[in-house]
Amino acid sequence: MGNEYRIALAGNPNTGKSTLFNALTGLRQHTGNWAGKTVSLAQGNVQHKGKTFQLFDLPGTYSLFSNSTDEEVARNYIVFDKPDVTLVVLDATSMERNFNLALQVLEMTRNVVICINLIDEADKQGIVINERLLTNRLGVPVIKISARNKKGFPMLLDTIDRILTGAIECNPVQTTYPVEIEEQIKKIEPKVSELIGSHLSARWVSLRLLDGDETLLEELSKRFVQEGE
Amino acid sequence: MGIQQLYAEAQQLSTAKLRDDIVQQLYDRSNRLCKDGIIYSNSKRDTRTEKLDAIFTSPIFGFPIMLTMLGVLFYLTIAGANIPSSMLAEFFGSLEKYLTSFFELIRTPDWLHGMLVLGLYRGTTWVISVMLPPMAIFFPSFALLENYGYLPRVAFNMDRLFKRVGAHGKQSLTMAMGFGCNAAAVLSTRIIESPRERMLAILTNNFVPCNGRWGTLIVLASLFMAANFTGGLKSLITTGVIVGIVLFGIIVTFFVSWILSKTALKGIPSHYTLELPPYRKPKIFDTVIRSSITKSWSVLMRAVKVAAPAAILTWIFANVYIGDTSILMYAVEFLDPFGQLLGLDGYIMLAFILGLPANEIVLPILLMGYLSTGSLTEVDSLVDLKQIFLDHGWTWLTALNMMLFSLLHYPCGTTLLNIYKETKSKKWTFLSFLIPTVIAILVPLIITQTVRFFGWM
Repeated sequence: MGNEYRIALAGNPNTGKSTLFNALTGLRQHTGNWAGKTVSLAQGNVQHKGKTFQLFDLPGTYSLFSNSTDEEVARNYIVFDKPDVTLVVLDATSMERNFNLALQVLEMTRNVVICINLIDEADKQGIVINERLLTNRLGVPVIKISARNKKGFPMLLDTIDRILTGAIECNPVQTTYPVEIEEQIKKIEPKVSELIGSHLSARWVSLRLLDGDETLLEELSKRFVQEGE
Repeated sequence: MGIQQLYAEAQQLSTAKLRDDIVQQLYDRSNRLCKDGIIYSNSKRDTRTEKLDAIFTSPIFGFPIMLTMLGVLFYLTIAGANIPSSMLAEFFGSLEKYLTSFFELIRTPDWLHGMLVLGLYRGTTWVISVMLPPMAIFFPSFALLENYGYLPRVAFNMDRLFKRVGAHGKQSLTMAMGFGCNAAAVLSTRIIESPRERMLAILTNNFVPCNGRWGTLIVLASLFMAANFTGGLKSLITTGVIVGIVLFGIIVTFFVSWILSKTALKGIPSHYTLELPPYRKPKIFDTVIRSSITKSWSVLMRAVKVAAPAAILTWIFANVYIGDTSILMYAVEFLDPFGQLLGLDGYIMLAFILGLPANEIVLPILLMGYLSTGSLTEVDSLVDLKQIFLDHGWTWLTALNMMLFSLLHYPCGTTLLNIYKETKSKKWTFLSFLIPTVIAILVPLIITQTVRFFGWM
């Protein structure tokens, strides 16, 4: 069982997340292109180089704040169930809106692959994406694929594999906030670390506390404080 | 220091502006990344999508197009299903003769032959021959429309109406999902943020017919609704009836949403943006294969799997006598007066009660019940199926009432279970059972009594 790894798929609705999931796992899940089509975590396996990747298809969301049950499901999975790698699927034809989610994931967890889907559609519309520059700016691998036409899969699977073996190290570049916010984060972060240890990113939890995310608070007290006492 | 305390401290440090700044910073960074990392060489924007949307979501053409699409879909289903249906019926009919000879050869007792061949085999194969062809046409066509990106436009059109009855526009999406499966649709209401609007969506989802009920609706409509017509006209009228039934379900959805949002679930609808995805050329082969095989097949298998034990049970009930009446007839006679009041009968009521686990088995159970008291000998075509109904006193009114009851009645067991899991409330689960049941009783009751009062029947 030592070579089974959990891979989570996150992304906005309509980015082809479920198509990618089906294409990789060979599952014939019914997918439709509208918000919230994936209602519970679908799970399927991919074999690659002697490893088993267990893929978890998270509900499509625009953010990972506690706005709806869907967003909480996706966020809780990434933060508390700690997949070995999180794939964030972006739509190449509407990158700007999609990046928000990617940046949020980078604050939450370390091993992230940014997967730019619908790349042939983008080609048609004359959109050229410089994935090297994005990789440098984000500190994690950025890969172009087309899930519908199964393009870029070997590269994607290899990248996951190399993250797992440690050949690629992910160093997500954190979003820096205006000075005032950074100061507040500094005030709370040590106390957060003390309380939750190294289970989660103390910086991210501090940010959420400052943001007043009460459902996360409940989740935290459920999962950590009770056990600790 | 506890986490609560830490939260309180964080709240003191925080301001509304700080919260906005956090989100703003994420947007700014996204914007910079795109500016530096992406080149938009020619501004060949997707104007086709805009042009199509101007038509499909136009306030004038939106609804007529929607109805036409729905109509075309049903027409194709009904007109196209006839030939494969009778071919299947013939095939199963001839197979039955061999089965019977085989049972005679190995000298099985009569009751076993009756239970397995006349009950289980005949009932299930009739259901297969009438339900499989329509499903094999309907599901792939519906999936193609969905794949193309048309269904989110339907949601967009419906959104205007949902706002007006105090519900959330996203309810139209969860409703569309209900056409597939109400149990899954209840889970999909998670996309609705406000608990009030989510509850509305959960309580009314049942009023769109799911996979398990399409079969019943299409079969009854095609057998009874256009009896005096032939050919294309017949299919056209049948189509009209089904479109009408679906529309009626939608009207009930609006009505119930409106009532609830004025009473038990008061509040103002919240705003949201519905993103319309671009139209994408569907992967025709994949879609057709996937939806016809996985969907039609799984619906059918479910019907057969749940129907088989129910069929055997029904057969036993029909053949175990207390005094000179079988158990089945006791139940049927008990339910009959109530059923008659609704323009139905005791068998139909019993079929719906036994059909609680899954809607797919209502029609099979009904057939088994009728078969055990019927006197049909030969199985040749679908006409026999109608004959069975006619022998038990069916008219177009019975068919219409049964279709309405099927459309409106309580959700299936799985859906109820999901509602309980999602709401964690016995009260709301019970209401989601009660509201449809009351409506399902009232509507046929009113129709039947009106028809009888005016002597149309």
